[in-house]
Amino acid sequence: MALKMVKGSIDRMFDKNLQDLVRGIRNHKEDEAKYISQCIDEIKQELKQDNIAVKANAVCKLTYLQMLGYDISWAAFNIIEVMSASKFTFKRIGYLAASQCFHEGTDVIMLTTNQIRKDLSSPNQYDTGVALTGLSCFVTPDLARDLANDIMTLMSHTKPYIRKKAVLIMYKVFLKYPESLRPAFPRLKEKLEDPDPGVQSAAVNVICELARRNPKNYLSLAPLFFKLMTSSTNNWVLIKIIKLFGALTPLEPRLGKKLIEPLTNLIHSTSAMSLLYECVNTVIAVLISLSSGMPNHSASIQLCVQKLRILIEDSDQNLKYLGLLAMSKILKTHPKSVQSHKDLILQCLDDKDESIRLRALDLLYGMVSKKNLMEIVKKLMIHVDKAEGTTYRDELLTKIIDICSQSNYQYITNFEWYISILVELTRLEGTRHGHLIAAQMLDVAIRVKAIRKFAVSQMAMLLDNAHLIASNTQRNGICEVLYAAAWICGEFSEHLEEANQTLEAMLRPKVTTLPGHIQAVYVQNMVKLYASILQQKEQAGEKEAAQEITQLMIDRLPQFVQSADLEVQERASCILQLIKYIQKLQVKEVPVAEEVIALFAGELNPVAPKAQKKVPVPEGLDLDAWINEPPSDSESEEEKPKTIFHDEEQRHSRHRQPEIDEEELARRREARKQEQANNPFYIKSSPSPQKRYQDTPGVEHIPVVQIDLSVPLKVPGMPMSDQYVKLEEERRHKQKLEKDKKKKKQKKEKRGKHHRHNSLHTESEEDIAPAHHVDIITEEMPENALPSDEDDKDPNDPYKALDIDLDKPLADSEKLPVQRHRNVETLKSPDSEALLVEKKSKKPKKKEKKHKEKEREKGKKKEKKVVQEEEEKKGEDLDFWLSTAPPPAPTTQPQSEPEVGAALVAEPQEIKKEEREEQDEEEDDEGKKSSKHKKKKHKKEEKSKDKKKSKKKTHHSEEETTESVQNGTLDDEPLPPMSSYRLLAENPYIKMTYDIQGNLQNDSQVTVSVIFENKSTSFLKSMELNVLDSLNTRMLRPEGSSVHDGIPVPFQLPPGISNEAQFVFTLQSIVMAQKLKGTLSFIVKNDEGSTHEKLDFKLHFSCASYLITTPCYSDAFAKLLESGDLHMSSIKVDGISISFQHLLAKICFHHHFSVVERVDSCASMYSRSIQGHHVCLLVKKGENSVSIDGKCNDSTLLSNLLDEMKETLSKC
Amino acid sequence: MRFMLLFSRQGKLRLQKWFLATADRDKKKLVRELMQVVLARKPKMCSFLEWRDLKVVYKRYASLYFCCAIEGQDNELITLELIHRYVELLDKYFGSVCELDIIFNFEKAYFILDEFVMGGEIQDTSKKSVLKAIEQADLLQEVRHPCGASLGSTP
Repeated sequence: MALKMVKGSIDRMFDKNLQDLVRGIRNHKEDEAKYISQCIDEIKQELKQDNIAVKANAVCKLTYLQMLGYDISWAAFNIIEVMSASKFTFKRIGYLAASQCFHEGTDVIMLTTNQIRKDLSSPNQYDTGVALTGLSCFVTPDLARDLANDIMTLMSHTKPYIRKKAVLIMYKVFLKYPESLRPAFPRLKEKLEDPDPGVQSAAVNVICELARRNPKNYLSLAPLFFKLMTSSTNNWVLIKIIKLFGALTPLEPRLGKKLIEPLTNLIHSTSAMSLLYECVNTVIAVLISLSSGMPNHSASIQLCVQKLRILIEDSDQNLKYLGLLAMSKILKTHPKSVQSHKDLILQCLDDKDESIRLRALDLLYGMVSKKNLMEIVKKLMIHVDKAEGTTYRDELLTKIIDICSQSNYQYITNFEWYISILVELTRLEGTRHGHLIAAQMLDVAIRVKAIRKFAVSQMAMLLDNAHLIASNTQRNGICEVLYAAAWICGEFSEHLEEANQTLEAMLRPKVTTLPGHIQAVYVQNMVKLYASILQQKEQAGEKEAAQEITQLMIDRLPQFVQSADLEVQERASCILQLIKYIQKLQVKEVPVAEEVIALFAGELNPVAPKAQKKVPVPEGLDLDAWINEPPSDSESEEEKPKTIFHDEEQRHSRHRQPEIDEEELARRREARKQEQANNPFYIKSSPSPQKRYQDTPGVEHIPVVQIDLSVPLKVPGMPMSDQYVKLEEERRHKQKLEKDKKKKKQKKEKRGKHHRHNSLHTESEEDIAPAHHVDIITEEMPENALPSDEDDKDPNDPYKALDIDLDKPLADSEKLPVQRHRNVETLKSPDSEALLVEKKSKKPKKKEKKHKEKEREKGKKKEKKVVQEEEEKKGEDLDFWLSTAPPPAPTTQPQSEPEVGAALVAEPQEIKKEEREEQDEEEDDEGKKSSKHKKKKHKKEEKSKDKKKSKKKTHHSEEETTESVQNGTLDDEPLPPMSSYRLLAENPYIKMTYDIQGNLQNDSQVTVSVIFENKSTSFLKSMELNVLDSLNTRMLRPEGSSVHDGIPVPFQLPPGISNEAQFVFTLQSIVMAQKLKGTLSFIVKNDEGSTHEKLDFKLHFSCASYLITTPCYSDAFAKLLESGDLHMSSIKVDGISISFQHLLAKICFHHHFSVVERVDSCASMYSRSIQGHHVCLLVKKGENSVSIDGKCNDSTLLSNLLDEMKETLSKC
Repeated sequence: MRFMLLFSRQGKLRLQKWFLATADRDKKKLVRELMQVVLARKPKMCSFLEWRDLKVVYKRYASLYFCCAIEGQDNELITLELIHRYVELLDKYFGSVCELDIIFNFEKAYFILDEFVMGGEIQDTSKKSVLKAIEQADLLQEVRHPCGASLGSTP
């Protein structure tokens, strides 16, 4: 052994160490590959030795080689060997190598599990640290599952060094093994308040990362993070927290409101740009999520824009870039505030940095308005001229087109200007985007009817100067515009003034050098031109001229007939023959023009890109059904294609003829017109804005400016769009003057009547009327188009698995696997102790066999209660925290809804008496339905948003039993609970209704919500509510006040307004109903002065108000009944006429019960008091009676409850 | 953060840290592509670029490019700060660091990074505590092996 070691050390001296290797590689620059393969051979030898030091050295060298791009996966096993070295020096190298080259595909990775576990529990914190670091890079789902528990234990390690690493790595574990999230989460949450700042920031990091992916599960942590945000001074942590809030606010707008202030404070105070940037980003996100129109928000937006301006003005390119980036986010919702900084953005177009220029371009896209479009595009055109690299210039070109064409040319007021811009763009050499320009030309010419004349003249000019554009044909894509030019001139040839000249231009020999597809269009469209010239000449009686033009065609067409392009050749020869035939007829002096024109009759309309998809499937047509049975496999090969072909043809013909009668068509057309009328982008041909203008009474005498084309057509190369800009400005000026005139007139007329709101004239968007009767034809859609379908979410989202409800209590099955053979001290967190059987799954039968089963059950029940309480508390906390006004009352009777729903839907059922046992076994559909509902309901309780919803529903379904409650709350708080508000007291001034809810946070408190409604026409103020406390029940007063002091109601009531206030009462015993006397004193203020008034009332605390609707599952319910420590009592009520469903709903609603199970005319129900009494009911309905058997921990409570129920039922 | 790269102006990779386990082939492809993009940028350009579905934050220190790939919602400026801090750490540890230090002691550079960032998240925002941890871990190594040259000969 000793010899071996000595030998090892001697070998070692001849080995290369890392430095030698690096040096060697640097010295062998010419034959690096050869040298390295030599080194790898040496390393392989070294790895065969027993000496761990040699191995470690070899692995270290391999890690270096891996970075250079060499494959070292073959050494994975050796790496594990080095990882398991006892010495830290080697272990460190081993883990480093592993973290660099292990991934999920590495098969030996599963061998590491035990080694890593050993290192994790090493007494040396650096061993643990190095293992955690390594693991964070290569953790696999298997490793995550096996080690989750060990790492969770480390989160509570005594050394912060380990704790912080363990916390951070948990995020990786969650990603790989989502099941671990719920068990580990409570402890992770604890770490948010760890004394060590490093651990705390690690926990913040992890939770923020989790929450960013699935924010809704982390809403309940908002108060905690809010506290951290206002107390932390660490910018790294602050940035994370602010980012987290950015993710949460879209889910909870109230949170946004709360955030604005601290965030703006931070924006004002911080000197760290990163934090400032984050704050601005989050404020933007918050403001986006809040509904617009809130006061004060414009101030926040202004602040953000201001700060961003500072960033953009900074000389630091990075800040400039980010400023522009953030600006574009604001732009989406608050374009006005950004638009005022147009100068700055335009400045950025001159920046040296291309990425900044591109950002600025993006911004410009959103900044244009009718007013500034021309100006902006003009600036861009200058940049186009200056731009050096073609990529940036092309980018500019596409941006110009994007900017102009956005939202259906919304911002273009003068299409002549746009066409001339497009024409100017054709002067760009070497651009790849000729087809884009061409497409725009076509689109505008087709869709804007009014512009066709102008477009045609411009296109004719382009064709005439084709030699300039197509000088080096193949090398640039700009000749594509000739395609558009030729088509437009042909299709709209009636607008062409010098058709002859254009035709001649198209017939020039030079044309044959153009790409084939353009020539083909030329050929086709010259016939259109020819046809219109022919008609013109015939009508004018110039027969000779007509024959001349025919001759010209016959002379020139052969050059196309010889074309190598098939399409051109075919069209040309076809057309040549046609024209020869025409010539024959012309010689015979037969008028032909009409017939030739007929070849091209009819108008082509654009079809929307999605039109095909939106064709509705006609009724009765099942696209998935076979029309003919599919050919069976037994058919011979040759027959198959035939059949398929036949098949398809049939299907086609079906498609084309959906049988729709005339009436239906008319109806659809009407619907479409309606839709178009509602479409803001659909500019109707009549009445056009100007026409409407004319129609306004009293302004007929104002002449409408008719702009004629005062700009003569220009020689290409001369920018002329500028002239349009000037013209447009003049036009607008005129328009404005006219408007002012009109206004003055109106003022004169209306003087003395009322003051006009906007006497100060600002030129707003709407004031700029388009220059022409612009008629944008929208693209055609099939009749009765289907609404667009939404995109599905990406199913491959790796974070989807982490969308886990963290507020649900832990289930047994969710515990992390613990390695039994080792002594792991499992630290027990309260939640993992409070095991609760997963609600969906039935309890495992094994359990029943276990010893002292019943006691355990009881224990569990209690824990379940605790957990549920806590969980409900969470939701409550958030609400309490978020509300600035009096806190909203806790959830009320969510259970009542499904039953009532059922009552409304279900038919009255036959009444049968059935045995209790049968009920347990059989589950009626109805029961299943309601239990499903309940599960959903349960979830809903946790989300305040949903809460609102459910409350609303409750409101609707409970109209008959609840008094209507006016929502007078000033904030957009959730509606007050629409439950059984009972009348408390009433006088001519005020009406009070109240409802009592068990307080979920405290077992000896209830909350009384009182709605005050001002019935008078006076102002009610200084309201004060006082109650005479009893020994058992006391009103909770602010500290320091005596029992005789009243509690001021935190609002005043203008006439006709109602509002709700809450008062908390503490109780000792809840087994008896209570009545408390009280007084409301208030001041009535009206024109005659103010008077002091009083109103006495009696507050009735029924036993039912101490119950909290708690869902219970039939198995748990059965256990509860079996346990035998419940007292029993029963009642019977006669003369019941309402249906059983209705009856159950009443019990649920008024007495806060939930249905456990229901079979025909029997139902079991459950509820729980705020002090934890279980109340179980068995309700049976007879012919005209109802009997209720109750079981409860407390007999007094039970009998009181039953009495109350009897009273309710006897009213039915 | 998805990964961090250090490479020289000549396009030689000096350090790579992947916070998401990635197969070698993909790594190579990404590195090559990103290096090209970053090296092609002019010196006066800003340090951020959008690349694939990620954002890249890079900064050049002397002949070395430090380059981080972060996700869409991450803060660019704080990432820049992170890079800077890492450079400061290297500087403190090696005493005015140069490219050669990182080449010859690449494992140390990794160890420092590991103490500073873990799983793509910043681990400790205090430079002092990172350096302390590194020093102590080194000490552990030194104590057991008094003479660095003949590593491994003593049990």
